[in-house]
Amino acid sequence: MSRRVRSMVLWGNGINCEVETAHACRLAGADVVEIVHFSDLLYGDRRLDDYDLLCLPGGFLDGDDLGAAKAAANRFRYAKVKTTGERLRDQLDRFIRDGKLIFGICNGFQLMVKLGLLPALDGDYGHQTVTLTFNDSGRFEDRWVHLGVNPQSPCVFTRDCRRLYFPVRHGEGKFYCRDPRLLQELEDRGLVVLRYLDPETGLPTQKYPWNPNGSLAAVAGICDPSGRLFGMMPHPEAFNHPTNHPRWTRQAVRDDDLGIRLFRNAVEFIKNHL
Amino acid sequence: MIHRIEIGFLEDVGDAYGARIARRISEHLGFAVDRARTIDVYTVEGDISEGQAEQIARELFLDPITQEFRVNRPLARDFDWLIEVGYLPGVTDNVGRTARETIETFLERPLGGGIYTSRQYLLWGRLSREEVEQIAVRLLANTLIQRYEIRSRRQWEEGRIIPPRVPKVRGEAVDHVEEIDLEIPDSDLMRLSQERVLVLDLREMRAIQAYLRRSEVLEARQRVGLGPRITDVEIEALAQTWSEHCKHKIFNAVIRYVDETGRQRVIHSLFDTFIRGATQKVREALGHRDWCLSVFKDNAGVIRFNDEWNLVFKVETHNTPSALEPYGGALTGIVGVNRDPFGTGKGAKLIFNTDVFCFAPPDYDKPLPPRLLHPRRIFEGVREGVEHGGNKSGIPTVNGSIVFDERYAGKPLVYCGTGGLMPRTIKGEPAHEKAARAGDLIVMTGGRIGKDGIHGATFSSEELHEGSPATAVQIGDPITQKKMTDFLLKARDEGLYTAITDNGAGGLSSSVGEMAKDCGGCELHLDRAPLKYQGLRPWEILLSEAQERMTLAVPPEKEARFLELARRMGVEATVLGRFTDSGYFHVLYEGRTVAYLDMDFLHDGVPRMELEARWSPPRHEEPDFPCPEELTSLLLAMLGRLNICSKESVVRQYDHEVQGGSAVKPMVGAMEDGPGDAAVLRPLLDSTEGVVVSHGICPRYSDIDTYAMMAAAIDEALRNYLCVGGVMDRLGGLDNFCWPDPVQSEKTPDGHYKLAQLVRANQALYDITTAYGIPCISGKDSMKNDYKIGETKISIPPTVLFSLIGRIPDVRKAVTMDVKRPGDLVYVLGMTRPELGGSEYFAHYGFVGNGVPRVRPDDFLPLYRSLQDAIQDGLIASCHDCSDGGLGVALAETAFAGGYGMEVELGKVPQEGLDRDDWILFSESQGRFVITVHPEHREAFEERMAGLPAAMVGRVREDSLFLVKDRTGRLIVKSQIQKLKASWKRPLADF
Repeated sequence: MSRRVRSMVLWGNGINCEVETAHACRLAGADVVEIVHFSDLLYGDRRLDDYDLLCLPGGFLDGDDLGAAKAAANRFRYAKVKTTGERLRDQLDRFIRDGKLIFGICNGFQLMVKLGLLPALDGDYGHQTVTLTFNDSGRFEDRWVHLGVNPQSPCVFTRDCRRLYFPVRHGEGKFYCRDPRLLQELEDRGLVVLRYLDPETGLPTQKYPWNPNGSLAAVAGICDPSGRLFGMMPHPEAFNHPTNHPRWTRQAVRDDDLGIRLFRNAVEFIKNHL
Repeated sequence: MIHRIEIGFLEDVGDAYGARIARRISEHLGFAVDRARTIDVYTVEGDISEGQAEQIARELFLDPITQEFRVNRPLARDFDWLIEVGYLPGVTDNVGRTARETIETFLERPLGGGIYTSRQYLLWGRLSREEVEQIAVRLLANTLIQRYEIRSRRQWEEGRIIPPRVPKVRGEAVDHVEEIDLEIPDSDLMRLSQERVLVLDLREMRAIQAYLRRSEVLEARQRVGLGPRITDVEIEALAQTWSEHCKHKIFNAVIRYVDETGRQRVIHSLFDTFIRGATQKVREALGHRDWCLSVFKDNAGVIRFNDEWNLVFKVETHNTPSALEPYGGALTGIVGVNRDPFGTGKGAKLIFNTDVFCFAPPDYDKPLPPRLLHPRRIFEGVREGVEHGGNKSGIPTVNGSIVFDERYAGKPLVYCGTGGLMPRTIKGEPAHEKAARAGDLIVMTGGRIGKDGIHGATFSSEELHEGSPATAVQIGDPITQKKMTDFLLKARDEGLYTAITDNGAGGLSSSVGEMAKDCGGCELHLDRAPLKYQGLRPWEILLSEAQERMTLAVPPEKEARFLELARRMGVEATVLGRFTDSGYFHVLYEGRTVAYLDMDFLHDGVPRMELEARWSPPRHEEPDFPCPEELTSLLLAMLGRLNICSKESVVRQYDHEVQGGSAVKPMVGAMEDGPGDAAVLRPLLDSTEGVVVSHGICPRYSDIDTYAMMAAAIDEALRNYLCVGGVMDRLGGLDNFCWPDPVQSEKTPDGHYKLAQLVRANQALYDITTAYGIPCISGKDSMKNDYKIGETKISIPPTVLFSLIGRIPDVRKAVTMDVKRPGDLVYVLGMTRPELGGSEYFAHYGFVGNGVPRVRPDDFLPLYRSLQDAIQDGLIASCHDCSDGGLGVALAETAFAGGYGMEVELGKVPQEGLDRDDWILFSESQGRFVITVHPEHREAFEERMAGLPAAMVGRVREDSLFLVKDRTGRLIVKSQIQKLKASWKRPLADF
């Protein structure tokens, strides 16, 4: 028994991957795909409640001026809908409580982490426990990276995926947490969804450029314990067509390689479980 | 109450930025610094208590995982030296702006003050105070826009910490308008022009003087309360409108050109004759196929892409500001050129950026003349400025290059281009057309007005000198602009305005003045303009080049909806007056007329220049070195030359994939590190139709003949375009001229020659574009690229960037330059001739030579068409342009990018008049390509090439050996491709 899948792609204040993210949602089979500006939320024209999948795309929210996505996290936390007085944060909490899906990519992942939506180990979605900080190289870089998917992960987006190849395009993507026990728990519970791999060995690596930013334990993406909230630094939506692959003129690219797969998993999950 | 919030990384957390600074200090300055850390400082002025400041720091600014903070107490400790760098009053502070917004959201009220950011650099190492000064001035702070303070550990421990500094512009509303008497002797007119940075010459000053003597002018002025004296608002508006930057006086001059035989030709406007003239001829030849929609009249050129969409493209330069403040100059350059396609027709969505830089070599070791920054610092600043401008705007940077020549030490060239996509029609009207109508409101959107960039237009119309004003430097703010463009695209699609243009050079004076031409007048109220701070005089408000602003013509019935949408989307929009048909550029301040200029005089009153140009071909020493015995090491050295080597480290710092349509990236091949020839992108994600973007630039040939330089730039752009699969219909060219001052004068004693160089480049542009059928759709010139302080004068080599935009019907047909598989056949297309004048090879030995490469369109075109068709038919496995460094470089790049070796015989290369192997390898003859073909396509391919200068010269190997045999079959180059690639990647690996 399937149902209509409604996805919202957030836009505004420096988000700049909204078009290809929406395109990916459409290719994945979402029935409703809307690009919604922050102001549409703040003026009450749109509510999170009317959607099943919230995509937080890449970009430079507020220029990343206070650190990646920090100012936008502040907005989510403190801004109120002008017509109803409701905090955006309350809509977000309800969205999560209803078991709906959130997909943060790059700047969107940074936003989720700074809001505390990830990894939210003890079900506290309002408290930041890990971070994404400046790349060890001290520079922004655009390069494709090999990713290994954790088969034990509860993440609904990466079901049946093993290896992925997507571009990273960031200056602040180094996954970091202070407490080694926290990292251990993330690993034990399968919440480390994606890791940067050395293509030669196929193993997680700390070696540049395969691990492009120096992420702890080569972490490239994590999910919450429910597997419904997922954030990753690489850009699956940038691989929406075979010709996006940097070597498509040299080798065959399969449809299954495309980043659309992650979106399709999300859509399928919503159809079957929500 | 003022609070100082300091945020730094926890001791056990790395500080990647600090580490990079430490590296730069030791690499660039050679000082013994062990490590460096940074602390961000927010000086908050407003109605908040210290407790609130603590809360703001903890909840709004801090990353609790990696950072710590202090409020009103210093965080810095244990360092050897500390440098704090902050902005001078009035300089754009983007982080400060964001911090303020976030605090106001948190407080749910205005802050009632400002936020000013600064950064502390903590250094450890045995450094002297003088060295620390050097670090501050040469690396960390630009004193044009920033202040710095230094503390030693001892000073700090003695309690000499850094107190809060509030760099606020203090001023009060100034309504003073100066009236200037122009009934003065010529010498005083000229002094006035100089003192006010008007950059008007005597004939122009006299034309204004004469205007104010006309009785009908005096009567009209009297009616609005103005006397016979010109106001400062008026003379500034005239100086801006008539500036070289805006009026292109040299390109429109009457030029008497004498060639080397003494033959004379009078040219009435280079622009009309050669550029507009060429495009007209091309369009006539195209007839009903003509794909040009709007050329040379708007902020950017517009061509047809398909039945539903148009392409828009513009390239600009931002040279002078980048010389003074590389980061701000380049950032403003890229966000500035974004507004050109955005302000074309009714507006376009921006789909790509391009950037081409010309610098002096980063290892430049000559003494630097006053006011010049070291080329390496310019390189890094410019790179970072374009990175921030492009990446934060969400526009992929898809194509570019970096050219090195010592003469760019006086002025770097920073070319920034932006392409856009617009629907063919909006609300039933052609989207590429616009016109302000009398009665429409003048509305300004985006940023506020400050003193930034005042006199930018006039200032870029002269050489860099002692008194070049610091206020001409601005810092762009990509996020304010992004918010504005997000809003305006919505407004466009709702049909809320009739015309749009950007505020760039000349500010409101230029944007409103230009739009008022449509309807014949305007009434502009300067006191209604939103200001960043008080203290601007009316003329400054009019001329300010503060960034991130567009001016629109909004019909009165759309005003309410327009302003409401702006407010919702967090964009400032202000009505400043209305467009009229009065025939006057009418400017008021608090109801009082401060400028009243006849529209015709304002736009057409500038007297035409009359200039002399005399061409005599230079003779350079012919090289006399013999063909080297050892060509392998020579090839390695050539691959490592700055103009040939890999630019990957820079390319990767630009997002070239955002918007999701990237199809041929800047770096291609087996390891994704080969040099792509041109960009291919898919702007409509549900379609496979593609846009192709390429360019050519060949300034070295200008030392011999600018005709050859221009021709080669066009040919190179076209070759690059063809290499990836671009097709030769629906393409458009952009010419961007950067010249040293070509007007004969005391400071330019060789002006006649430099102007002749300009004439010859224009002749080439006409000849080559008409032969190839490439319409030029837009362009720009920057004519004063000199540096002069004291006796030192540095002039750039005449440089033209030729950019191409066009189409590939299906991106799946695109081809990349890397060899694809062993056994593939290697071909050279095009004739190799003894054309090494101005080549990289001669430059390697310190020679210029004379035999400059020539473009022969009649010979080349049949080959180009055949190649184009062969690519469309899928017969080509790889295709690479042959340019700097000739065949040797192109073959090596083709091989190592694909990860396979190659063997080649020079005797098989199509050639004429060559008797040296080194010349065959490194000649820069135009019209050539290196391609590879799968053996199964050999027959079909050779059939296509029958009768053309194309020959199979070798094959792709299984292993990684790169082998070249001379004409007798002797092995003259033998190397592993990994070694060739390493040599090519090394020089700029760390930028």
